[in-house]
Amino acid sequence: MITTRLTIAAVAAVVLLSACERPPMKAEQNGYRGTGMVQITNPRIAAAQKAALPAVPELPPPGPNDGPKAKDTYQNVQVLGDLSVAEFTRHMVAITQWVAPTQGCAYCHAGANFADDSLYTKVVARRMIQMTRHLNTDWNKHVGQTGVTCYTCHRGQPVPTYMTFDPVTPKNNRVGVGLGDDAGQNKAVPSIASASLPYDPFSHYLSGDEPIRVGGPAALPTPEHRTSIKQAEFTYALMMHMSKSLGVNCTFCHNTHSFQAWDGPVQRVTAWYGIRMARDLNNAYMDPLQKTFPPHRLGPTGDVANVNCSTCHQGVNKPLGGLQMAKDWPGLWPGGPATSAQNADTLDQLQRTVTRLSQAEPGAAAR
Amino acid sequence: MAMLSFERKYRVRGGTLIGGDLFDFWVGPFYVGFFGVTTIFFTFVGVAMILWGAALGPTWNLWQISIAPPDLKYGLRLAPLREGGIWQVVTVCAIGAFGSWMLREIEISRKLGMGLHVPFAFGMAIFGYVTLVVIRPVLMGAWGHGFPYGIFSHLDWVSNVGYQYLHFHYNPAHMLAITFFFTTALALSMHGGLVLSATNPPKGEVVKTPDHEDTFFRDLIGYSVGTLGIHRLGLFLALAAVFFSAVCIVISGPFWTRGWPEWWNWWLALPVWS
Repeated sequence: MITTRLTIAAVAAVVLLSACERPPMKAEQNGYRGTGMVQITNPRIAAAQKAALPAVPELPPPGPNDGPKAKDTYQNVQVLGDLSVAEFTRHMVAITQWVAPTQGCAYCHAGANFADDSLYTKVVARRMIQMTRHLNTDWNKHVGQTGVTCYTCHRGQPVPTYMTFDPVTPKNNRVGVGLGDDAGQNKAVPSIASASLPYDPFSHYLSGDEPIRVGGPAALPTPEHRTSIKQAEFTYALMMHMSKSLGVNCTFCHNTHSFQAWDGPVQRVTAWYGIRMARDLNNAYMDPLQKTFPPHRLGPTGDVANVNCSTCHQGVNKPLGGLQMAKDWPGLWPGGPATSAQNADTLDQLQRTVTRLSQAEPGAAAR
Repeated sequence: MAMLSFERKYRVRGGTLIGGDLFDFWVGPFYVGFFGVTTIFFTFVGVAMILWGAALGPTWNLWQISIAPPDLKYGLRLAPLREGGIWQVVTVCAIGAFGSWMLREIEISRKLGMGLHVPFAFGMAIFGYVTLVVIRPVLMGAWGHGFPYGIFSHLDWVSNVGYQYLHFHYNPAHMLAITFFFTTALALSMHGGLVLSATNPPKGEVVKTPDHEDTFFRDLIGYSVGTLGIHRLGLFLALAAVFFSAVCIVISGPFWTRGWPEWWNWWLALPVWS
């Protein structure tokens, strides 16, 4: 009897301990000493993640962009037409390597006629190239001087690994007979770091633009500020998603002394733009492709896959470890980082921009 | 000062841990002892260091004075006094003072010929503190992981360190600690209520005996832990609360770096349903 109990206790202890990690850990301080503003990572997990990354395809370096242009040489070239034929071909090879390395050219091009638009993949690819150019040109406040390429999200896969579909409506998710619906929570999904919080903050904040900031101006609810705990949980779920996507903890962006104060790490400003960027991409580029995609590429409610923070970041705060790929692809980054640098604000300026925004926004403090 | 009836037994020589008769005397009602002297010494030095640290700091507002630990870059070395060294000295003094006080309690217990429950219980509180400022920082490789000594600043530290693990309420040891704290409060309130009820009968009735108390709880929940048992239970609940508090913080960082909700994936992965 005692032996059995000891065995059960020993097995339970082993199970619980095997769920843990072991020291030493890596710690990076990002605030004044003693404030607990520290990023803590397990160097062994980080090394394993890095080792698991597929090698970035090796591609020829950029050449001179002179000679006959692609739009004058080929038919139906709606994007990348200003590239020289050589550069255009280099881009096509790269996109194949990045997105459809096993499927090859035929993944998008039907038969011998490369101008043919009959495959949906080609139409989507064209739109995605426009999206990438828009990202690199207009969203430097988030993508900085690193920029993005198709590979940032695709990583050798026709469909990026981390995307979000709308879940089937909570009303259909019965908890049990007579127990009602699951109110959109308690699913422990990886995209919100396995919490019991609402599992779909994405449709609210990354395609919808519901207010994220729920902190009130006073300790208790006021008639002007009646944010519910449920709303706060949706915000918490989005924040969990961001932490999980970037492989960072809450103190990477916030001094939790006050979540709504903008006096913490400047990374919060980059993240603020990131949320707006994801919204822009989902509304302007992803959702309008609903009619283009075949049904098997759509979600359970017939919606297009939406981007979230994981789509690019995939567990690290700088996608691909900050690898500067985009500068070599003038078709994806017209002008390249040099000219964009003139437009991009410094982080300090960004900070002031957002401070002004948060003050100007009606009721911003009340959110 | 008048002497209480049991003080005659208390004021006996001997039972000291070190030093024999040295400092084995009373000042008024207070036993001094070797460890009383070391307590005074560490307290004086520690408080003086805190006052100096406060003088160097930006404010004399009691809520906002903070003695912060060193930057992480100093690792487990000594830091310059003005850059966390004061915190290190204060920490040594605090452990010295708390430890001395516990040893003085042991000496008093020995004089009284009683068990060591009181120093053991206080030792558990010291263990909680030492876990925060010594054990965990050593496991993490830097004194900078200790908490700052300030009323508001230590709360900010608690908040940020909790959010280092995204959602601290999923920390299994934190769950146990909270449960034990609440249960301690519940047990104490029920015990206090019972004693007050039994000893304050209505006019004209006699004070009730433990038999009444036992009968009341046997009627109410079918069991009474008894007059002695409630104190043993209370001690266990309180010690367990502190013990699991220490566990919950020492596993955060040294033994887990991700969000605590994710730790529970072992449950989702049990072969029963996965």
